[in-house]
Amino acid sequence: MELFDNLALGFVTASTLWNLIFCLVGVLLGTLIGVLPGIGATATIAMLLPVTFQIGDPVSSLIMLAGIYYGAQYGGSTTAILINMPGESSSAVTAIDGYQMARQGRAGAALATAALGSFFAGTVATFLVALFAPPLTKIALQFGSAEYFSLMVVGLVSSIALAHGSVVKALAMVVLGLLLGLVGSDIFEGTPRFTLGIREFADGLNFVAVAVGVFGVAEILRNLENEHDRSVMIRKVTGLMPTRKDFRRMTAPILRGTGLGSVLGILPGGGAILASFASYTLEKRVAKNPEEFGKGAIEGVAGPESANNAAAQTSFIPMLTLGIPANPVMALMIGAMIIQGIVPGPDVAAERPALFWGLIASMWIGNLMLIVLNLPLIGLWVRLLTVPYQVLFPAIMAFSAIGVYSVKSSAWDLYSVAFFGFLGYVLAKLRCEPAPLLLGFVLGPMLEENLRRAMILSRGDPSTFVTRPISAILLLAAALVLVVVLLPSVRKKREEVFVEEDA
Amino acid sequence: MNKLSIDPTNGACGAIFVAAGLFFGYQSLGQEIGTAFRMGPGYFPLVLSGILIVLGAIIIFQATRTAGEPIGAIAWRGMFFILPAPIFFGLTVRGLGFVPSLFVTALIAAFASQRMRPGTAIIVALALTIFSTIVFSYALGLPFQRFGPWIPWVGA
Repeated sequence: MELFDNLALGFVTASTLWNLIFCLVGVLLGTLIGVLPGIGATATIAMLLPVTFQIGDPVSSLIMLAGIYYGAQYGGSTTAILINMPGESSSAVTAIDGYQMARQGRAGAALATAALGSFFAGTVATFLVALFAPPLTKIALQFGSAEYFSLMVVGLVSSIALAHGSVVKALAMVVLGLLLGLVGSDIFEGTPRFTLGIREFADGLNFVAVAVGVFGVAEILRNLENEHDRSVMIRKVTGLMPTRKDFRRMTAPILRGTGLGSVLGILPGGGAILASFASYTLEKRVAKNPEEFGKGAIEGVAGPESANNAAAQTSFIPMLTLGIPANPVMALMIGAMIIQGIVPGPDVAAERPALFWGLIASMWIGNLMLIVLNLPLIGLWVRLLTVPYQVLFPAIMAFSAIGVYSVKSSAWDLYSVAFFGFLGYVLAKLRCEPAPLLLGFVLGPMLEENLRRAMILSRGDPSTFVTRPISAILLLAAALVLVVVLLPSVRKKREEVFVEEDA
Repeated sequence: MNKLSIDPTNGACGAIFVAAGLFFGYQSLGQEIGTAFRMGPGYFPLVLSGILIVLGAIIIFQATRTAGEPIGAIAWRGMFFILPAPIFFGLTVRGLGFVPSLFVTALIAAFASQRMRPGTAIIVALALTIFSTIVFSYALGLPFQRFGPWIPWVGA
């Protein structure tokens, strides 16, 4: 069967000694940075991205990046459970019951539940990616410029729907991101645009510099606003193994979370956050003991963690088949692929099967490494939580500077880091989310290219976007999402959801 | 509520978007605009700039009607030390070379915390420099000059 041949190719690619080592290093580094409080998966990946460019082979480099992703996510759940400080909104839900379990002395069981749930969800979702990616690729190959344009509009609009706070602000962030993405030479005519006469910006703003600035530096500044001691009450985690009763209680939530997460992860615009929240709500609703939620219910850890990880995995589907990022992390992945000289999209599966399937296989290997590594190493991670922040952030700044400079050896990229760090911090203070900006930044050039090409093909007739059926359906979906988000009743509900999530 | 009161957070936010829109819009006008059939380099950015200005204006308009959340604490000290750190690295990594440049960069960044004492800062910066030199320069072999032309007496 073709599927198994492909998977076999993937595993052969991913399990060469060097690729296994890169995956391992990625998982370790990702956990190491991800476990630092206040630094989420996106910031972790942005900071470690330049390290992966030092590897010559794009396959190994992407495998390492995927490893960093899983490690960072797991690290985020660890801080959520142990010190109630989720690095990212998708693990915010885990903190609700996970931290309560930790306070009751059951941190070990909570961490193990998170790891086991994630591993199971990861395994299922990896298989789903392998199953669904190839047929979707075939559909995607029939896409013309008009369809691509409409599809990207859907992605951008969905990212707005899932951002916190004001819809208008998120929309403005997308547009600003698109404009920033257009800095550099015009694709059709080569004339420099918005470069302010700086020659170094002719190839566009460095993606890594923008990401490190907006996510990394801005996040450090936010953490420096009010420095206070973090209380790590758990110095030692004991009783890692969940009891038999725990296993019985977590099975159904893990299964439901996996299903829910796999479906929601495919949606463009940040399915992981939605998935973990939806799973928590579902578990609370079906539970026989809903009053236990918020006081340390193991179901409240098992469900969202599985959903979160399944969604993280299936969000690779739109990225691998269409080249469309479903969330900021995928935007970083696409940025990395472009720097490595790979144009993400439906051609990748056909032209570089080893890369495509190797990446899929390494997802599963990465998940396996996480469970094998992190449960025994949990003592080390806990000790890391006690390292004072004032020692950590100079290190992060130094590594980011080295990393960004190593991409192109351009000092202007370092000035960009400072500028975008400032901009990201100011916008964050003004309650604007950085994720839509980054998504816009990555999609800007592609959006313009497809728009212009579609208009040339239609001889300047804009109705091409609504007369081609697939494109029309996509635009309709985008419009629907926008209308739904702007509806007063949904708006109120949305605010409630995010308030609860922030709590 | 008074007619003229503007919520500062949202007012500033809208103003930034309008200003950015004006900047990009003005720059786009200097480009060839073209037609919808054959768009020039200025067409798409001009449209986006227009949208951005409108969105910024909507945010400002909303700011006059509802009060938002206060801005909260601002990391002045953090900005003062964190932002110059990468700029310093960019300015000096070629001249001073990787090792001294990184040491000062880490030292500057370290002072962003109110809790940092000078002694600790030097130790942290020194440890970071040694670690990074071993990992990035020797182990990964990044093509950085360890000591640059500005300090010729340290044999590179």
